[in-house]
Order: sequence, then C-alpha cells, then structure tokens
Amino acid sequence: MAKVVLQADVARDFAGGQTEHEILADNIRQVIKQLEVAFPGIAQRLSERTAVAVDGEIFQDPFLQSVQPHSEVYFLPMIDGG
Amino acid sequence: MGKEETQFDKTKPSVNSNGYRVVGTRPIRPDGIEKVTGRANFGADCNLPGMLTGCIVRSPHAHAKILSIDTSKAMKLAGVKAVVTAADFPELSPKHRGAGESPVSFRDMSRNIMARDKALYDGHAVAAVAATTPAIAQAAAALIEVKYKVLPHVLDAREAMKPKAPVLHDDIFTKGVDPKPSKASNVAQRYEFSLGDIDAGFASADVTVEHDFTSQCVHQGYIEPHACVASTTEDGMATVWASSQGQFMVRNYCATVCGMDISKIRVLPAEIGGGFGGKTVVYLEPIAILLSKKSGKPIKIVMNREDVFRATGPTSGGHAWVRIGAKKDGTMVAGELVMEYEAGAFPGSPVHLGCMTGFAPYTIANSKSVGFDVVVNRPKAAAYRAPGAPIAAFAVESAIDILAKKLEMDPIALREKNAAREGTQAAYGPKFQKIGFIETLEAAKNHPHYSIPLGPNQGRGVASGFWFNIGGESSAAVHVNEDGTVDVVTANPDIGGSRASMGIMAAEVLGIDVSRVKPIVADTASSAYSMLTGGSRVTFAVGQAVCLACDQVVAQLCERAAKIWDIEVSDVEWLAGSAVNRKSGKAGSLSLAEIANVAGKTGGPISGQSSSDVQGAGPGFGTHICDVEVDPETGRTTVIRYTAIQDVGTAIHPSYVEGQLQGGAAQGVGWALNEEYIYDDLGRLQNGGFLDYRVPVASDLPMIDTVLVEVPNPNHRFGVRGVGEVPIVPPLAAVANAVSAAAGTRMADLPISPPKLLAAMDAK
Amino acid sequence: MAKHHVNTTINGDPVEFLCDTEQTLLDCLRDELGLTGSKEGCSSGDCGACSVTVDGRLVCSCLVLGIEADGCEIGTIEGVANGDELHPLQKHFLKEAALQCGICTPGFIVAAKSMLALNPDPSESEMRYWLAGNLCRCTGYDKIIKAVTNAAAEMRGE
Repeated sequence: MAKVVLQADVARDFAGGQTEHEILADNIRQVIKQLEVAFPGIAQRLSERTAVAVDGEIFQDPFLQSVQPHSEVYFLPMIDGG
Repeated sequence: MGKEETQFDKTKPSVNSNGYRVVGTRPIRPDGIEKVTGRANFGADCNLPGMLTGCIVRSPHAHAKILSIDTSKAMKLAGVKAVVTAADFPELSPKHRGAGESPVSFRDMSRNIMARDKALYDGHAVAAVAATTPAIAQAAAALIEVKYKVLPHVLDAREAMKPKAPVLHDDIFTKGVDPKPSKASNVAQRYEFSLGDIDAGFASADVTVEHDFTSQCVHQGYIEPHACVASTTEDGMATVWASSQGQFMVRNYCATVCGMDISKIRVLPAEIGGGFGGKTVVYLEPIAILLSKKSGKPIKIVMNREDVFRATGPTSGGHAWVRIGAKKDGTMVAGELVMEYEAGAFPGSPVHLGCMTGFAPYTIANSKSVGFDVVVNRPKAAAYRAPGAPIAAFAVESAIDILAKKLEMDPIALREKNAAREGTQAAYGPKFQKIGFIETLEAAKNHPHYSIPLGPNQGRGVASGFWFNIGGESSAAVHVNEDGTVDVVTANPDIGGSRASMGIMAAEVLGIDVSRVKPIVADTASSAYSMLTGGSRVTFAVGQAVCLACDQVVAQLCERAAKIWDIEVSDVEWLAGSAVNRKSGKAGSLSLAEIANVAGKTGGPISGQSSSDVQGAGPGFGTHICDVEVDPETGRTTVIRYTAIQDVGTAIHPSYVEGQLQGGAAQGVGWALNEEYIYDDLGRLQNGGFLDYRVPVASDLPMIDTVLVEVPNPNHRFGVRGVGEVPIVPPLAAVANAVSAAAGTRMADLPISPPKLLAAMDAK
Repeated sequence: MAKHHVNTTINGDPVEFLCDTEQTLLDCLRDELGLTGSKEGCSSGDCGACSVTVDGRLVCSCLVLGIEADGCEIGTIEGVANGDELHPLQKHFLKEAALQCGICTPGFIVAAKSMLALNPDPSESEMRYWLAGNLCRCTGYDKIIKAVTNAAAEMRGE
C-alpha cells in the first residue's frame, strides 16, 4: 500500500479532513480513481491545480506516474515560477 | 572585430575541470551583437504597413460598477477605426483549465483583460480604441464615456478579511474551510501544510520566538513595457508579434479569450525586455486581435510605464506571522507560519507557495503553515521570481535571526544545525532527493565576506532561501546543415541568455565547437509546443530536449558513417565530434561536417526532434550575506557588501548564472528597502513611475559577489538545476537582518524606507 | 496641423524628417526614422533606455522634442560601432555578459560612451553615479560596471 497524502484544504473539502490514506495502486491515475470512489468530486479538484510528489520527485501533470507498493505520494498545489 | 571572434570566444581549454569540453565555458551569447548594437527587435519595435495604434481606457476607480459605456463620440472622431469593450469578448466559464505553468481561470483572465460589469482596481481596462495615429487614439480614448457607480474598496489583505469589508466578487466562497461558507467573501482559499504535532513541538521547546511581518506589493519592474502587434485577415487568421515569456502561452490565451481556434493564431516572439514572471500572462494581445478584426488593419498597442504599474504584475504584498521553537542547542523543534497574501482583483496569490517554501530549508519535525488567498482592489498578481517565497522567507529567516540572537548562536551555525539534506522531509510533505543547501552554508561561513570587521552603524545579515524549480513540456529540433553547422531550434523566448545555454549543450553533446551551433528561437508555426519561459525551467527542461534531439542526430550520424564505411552501425562510435570506426582498429574517422557534406547520398537531411514533458527539476537553495550601513540622521540604508551563494547544479554558462544571482539579489534589495505600491485614500496608485517607484540604480548597489556551488541534479544530462528563482528568496531577510543589526531594532515592515527606519531608531 | 521640417545630423549623416509638435525625439527616431535601437521604458526620463547624445550631451530622447533636434548633431546606439568594428564598450558588454534581456543595453552603452568622453578613467563610484540614470532590472549592475571598467582601460590603451 502506498501512503497517499492530500493537502489539508482538499482533505477538508472532500475527505472529512483526513489527509493520509493507504492506497494500493500502480500509478497516479489509479490513485485518483480510488480516491474518487471514496470521496466523490475529489478527482475534479485533483485535476484542477494539483501536482504530485512521488517519493520526493515532483510531477506537475499527475496522470500515469508509476507508484510502488511503499511509495509516498503527496498531492500538492501546482508550482509555477517567474 | 572579425566574424569568428565576435561570434564566440575561442580561448578555452579542450576539457575543463568539470570534465566537460563546452559546458562551463563562457562563450559570447549568439544574440549578443544584435543587442549591443540596437538591432534586436523587442515588442515595440515591430511595425507593419497601414498599422493602427490601439489605446486602452482604464478605470480611474479602485472598485466601481460599470453602468454604461458610450463609444459614439469616439467613433465619430476622424481617424478612429474600431472600439472594443467587454461586450466584444465571449463570456467564459469559470472552470480552471490547463495552460502555461499553472491552470488558470480563463473567465478571470478575460475579465482582467477587459472589465465586465465591474472595475476592480485603478487602471483596470474598460474599453479600447484603434486609430490612425497615437494622438488620435488617445483623443478618442478620452471621448469614451464610462458611467460608474463607485463602490467602497479595500487594499490590505487583513482588512479585506474582516466581516464588514467590501466584497469584490459575489461568487467567491472560501475553499478549504469547514464548514463550507454560505456567504461570499474575499478569502478565495485557505491552505494548510502540516507536519507532526506543533503543540507537542512547542511544548518541548526551550526557547520560542514569534514575530509579525508585513510587506508591500511590488512590481517585477522589467524595463520593457508590454507591447504587441496583431494582424488579422478576413478568413479569421491572426498573426501576433509580442514580447512575452512564451509564444505558445500567448497563442493559447488569445485563442481562448477571443474564442478562436488555436491553429488560426500564429505568434512570433519578439525579443523580451525582461519579464521575471510578469510576462507569463497576456493583457494586450487579445484586445489587439479584436481591434484588428473590427478594423481590418494591423493594430499595435504599447503600454506606457504608468499602465504597466497600474494594470500588470505585481506580486502580492501581505502579512506573515511566524513562531519558531528550539532547544537550547539550537535544534528547531516546531514552526508555525500564518500568512495572508493580497491576490489582487482575482484569486490566485502565490500564498500556497509561500506556505510550502517558508520552512522548507530546515528539518523541523513539527510545523504548520497556513495561508489565505485574499482578493483586494489591486491589479491581479502575476508571477514574480519564486512566487510567494520571498515574503515567507522574509518572516522565517528574520525569526531565525531573532532566535540566533536569543540563543547567542552564529546565524549560519544555527542554520547548519537544522539544514535540510537528502532524505529530509520538507515542510510541504515529500522528502528531498539530492540537494546542496548545507554546501551553501559552508561556503557562506568560509567566504571572506563573513569575517570582514564592521564599522559603526554597520550591520551584517544572513538569510537562506529555497525554490522547487520546475520542468514541463518542452520541444527542440536540431538540424544539421550541408556544411556541418547546426541549427538548434527551440521555442522559448531568450530572457537572459538561454540561446547561449542551448548552444553550449548542443555543442557538448555533438562534440563540435560552439561557434558551429546556431540557436534559434522559433515562432509557434515553426516548432512543436513548448511551455513558456518561466520558473527557471528553460536551461533544465528545454536543455534536456536539446540534448535528446542531439542524441538522435548523433545516432543518425553514426548510421551514415556506417553506410559510408559499409560496416555495422554498432561498430561506429561518436567521439569528440567525429564518427570513429571501431571495427577497423585504425584511427579512421569522419567528422560531423564530412558526414553532413554527403548527407544527400546517404539518406537525406540529418535532424533530430524531441518533444516531451520533462520532469525531475532539482530544487535550489541559496544563502546570502549582506552588509549595510545605516545613517542615523536620515534613516537611509546603504548596502555596502553583498554575497550571493547558491547551489546551481551545474553552471552551463557561468556568467549568466552569476548574472541571475546578482539580478535576483538586486531585486530583493529593492523589495527590502525601497519598492512599494502607494495608494491614496480612493485606492488610486500614486507612484506609477520609476521616479517614485524606486528600483535600485547603479549607485544604490555595491559589486555583488557570487559563489556557484555545484551539486549536480541527478535528473539532468549535465546536472542543471534552475537558477533564476532562488536568488530573490533570501535578500529580503538578509537585508532586514543586516539593517536590524545596524539599527539595533528589529525591522519587520518592508520596505525599510528612510522615514520608517528613522522612526524606528528614534523610538528605540 | 502642419508638420515641422527638421534638419539634423544623426550619427554623422545628414537627416531630414517631418514631425508633429508633440512628438519627442525618441518618437521621431523610432517611428519616423526606423532607428529603434533607442528604447522607450518610461517616457519620463527615469530609465535611460532612450539615451542619445544631442550635440555631444547625453540626454533622454523621450524628454526632447523632435523639433528641438533641428540643427543639432544626434548620436544614437546605431552609430556606436564603426562599420563592422564594435566599440570597446560593446565588446566588453558581450565579454562580461553585461546584458541579460538587453533592453537597457543600448542606453547604457550610449551613456557610458558619453561618460568616457568626459572622464576616461572614472572610479567605480563615478561610474555608478553617472550611470544612475540608466535602469537595469536584470543584472544588478555588477557586470555592467566590470564591462565599462574594462572598456575604459582598453580605450586608454592599457
């Protein structure tokens, strides 16, 4: 099971405030699908302005990045820059 | 000066100490001559036959309902060809959509470009007119009659959060709070990032410091005002010449805001006269397209400096309250940060990035950062170098300075004790991979600057900073010409020497002299898509695309050599710019030029193309040392010594890397000491010019020393990390800590202008 | 209203143009004569991007009317290089990487050239005060000062 952590504001709006979730998935798309089953509406929010960090590496366009059984997955706000 | 000499400096060793032949050298930039002779064409330098001039009518009110717009008098003026208002733009849905760096609300973007129903800040565009001359266009703009109902306005984030504050939008219901609000407010979103248990953390602390900090909204201050030319034809095609941070960004935004197909717009990038994030959005281009459609003529619109200040940029001002708990030995055990950022007229301040970056340089087991994105009657904030990070770092790094004094510890030693390293869990969640923060602290401690004795009224400040850096969608094409010279085609505006970096990386991979490589910045019809130039992503991500395209070229060159030699390609190796026949065991080789000469016989043109979503940007850390002298008579602060140290990964062209550090530091010094938006009681900007909005001039600054710490990013061919964002993160606190030391009182309200400092010194 | 007929010399060559009363010298150079090397950063004399010389004196061309150029000798960035020979300031700006975006560069070179004509061996402080009317937002001025220092030395024959 990968450790999946939501931003506090997303957790508050969709997951009753619970930020940490254990999810079995091979990639980010599956992670989001499973979150959507548990918390309807969250997929839309996570597709809007969200990046993801898988084991420390940040991906700006979360979709097919692979997730290992013991991965740490953090959903984060998208990062821009000057 | 001959052509060879002016193109590139030839005096360089065959292999450098970094193990590379070209990477790390300092050739003259390929676009340099055009820029020192005045030939380079920037946004306002484009002119077309029959071109009209566009002029924007702007709201004189900070917050007002638009009751009516009467354009009839303007249209009657001889020479006036078209007028547009919000009614000419399609109404867009409020949904956020992917584009550029972060997804944007095109509905907000459209309403920022042209006010619909309400003007939300002084300078908000409400109408535009096109005429045969600039003078007629201005006269016509003055004849457009806009009737307003003036509404109460609010400029400060904390004021805007109060229950009785004027509400800018009736459809903003704060996200991220429980219970979900039923009443509209100015708080668009509450962000929170937590690690561990801060109550337990603070309970275990021996020492706690807390302080409140304020900073003002500041502008990117690029010297080139926004400018564009748009020309449309009767078949609905549009060509746009624009100075921006991304031709594909301009194309996408114009298409959406104007309701056009992307394929019907071609954007040609002008040279860009500075952006710093402020040109990652569009203001004029969609207006120019619509004026051109209505008039049937090309339209040029150039902002004046006052327009630039009133209606573009800036970055958020705001408030930051910080609390840090530590053990007696300096180990930081808890941190708390609460920030309110002014987003401007529409949601989207970088407060979440402030929350994520504030404590990021440190290993703190228990931390909580809360941020509020607050709309106010100011221009909509745009990206500015490491958006959101500088004012968070100002608070945290000032608090660490206070903590160091309380613990009687050296401020660098305190940072070293708590510094994030590989494996540290960042305050925003994930663990860091390979980073070089500690190395910057060591370099700072060992730098001669740090031990120079200080004189009377002088003080020294230290501060550090962090930025994520990004990659993103990037394309590059590499074409081998008939004579063996090489064109490197990318589609990212060269904002600070990126052509030089692309040329160097291509030359390194191909093994040829950098003078044989010609980097070209292509328009949207001449390259595959590339995300805009921003977030310090170009040398990293577009550079990676260039390397991958060069790999394809090398593979083709080897295939061609195999054909020429009639051997298997597996027996050919590419070495120092030549194909080498491994099978023969002889010294025989074919140079790139020799293979290119006969490309027609061996299969046709040789070229490579790479398009991908480049990931793996390496985070950057910096540490700055600043010495100031304060004048107790006037309150004026003079920066007398400045050193910027940063982990830059691998410096491709060290001169331009140093330049990023120096430029970022200078902007930070301006932010700390002079720059601010000043509004009158009616919410009208009072200092919309460079005379009263004081950016640092040459006589305000000393030489800025730099130390390039090179801890390569393992995710890039040559170890590149983005370098342009980080250098603006430490200076606010570095300067404030120095001034506080010199003045003997904590300066927590930016800018530390002379009257403010004088009052603080008198009050002590 | 009738336009004014202006007779002037630009970079050594005789030039005539017509202009409206309200057009600045910068407008005339850029819009009437196609000399777009001088840049408009502020139109209020605060940024120096439009620096030119009028009868040898450094001015912001956005603060000079086009008609005031009548009978004057104007020097612009387009006249700094001698044929295909770059001026030492141009060479050293390139060598020191004293430009990033390059929008302020023409103004800096014109202003620095004007300074070195009056003072061939300026101190760092003199350079910084002379060039204080030219804004650069990219470089922090460090490499500009180095470039001017090195160009001055070359021009002195050092």
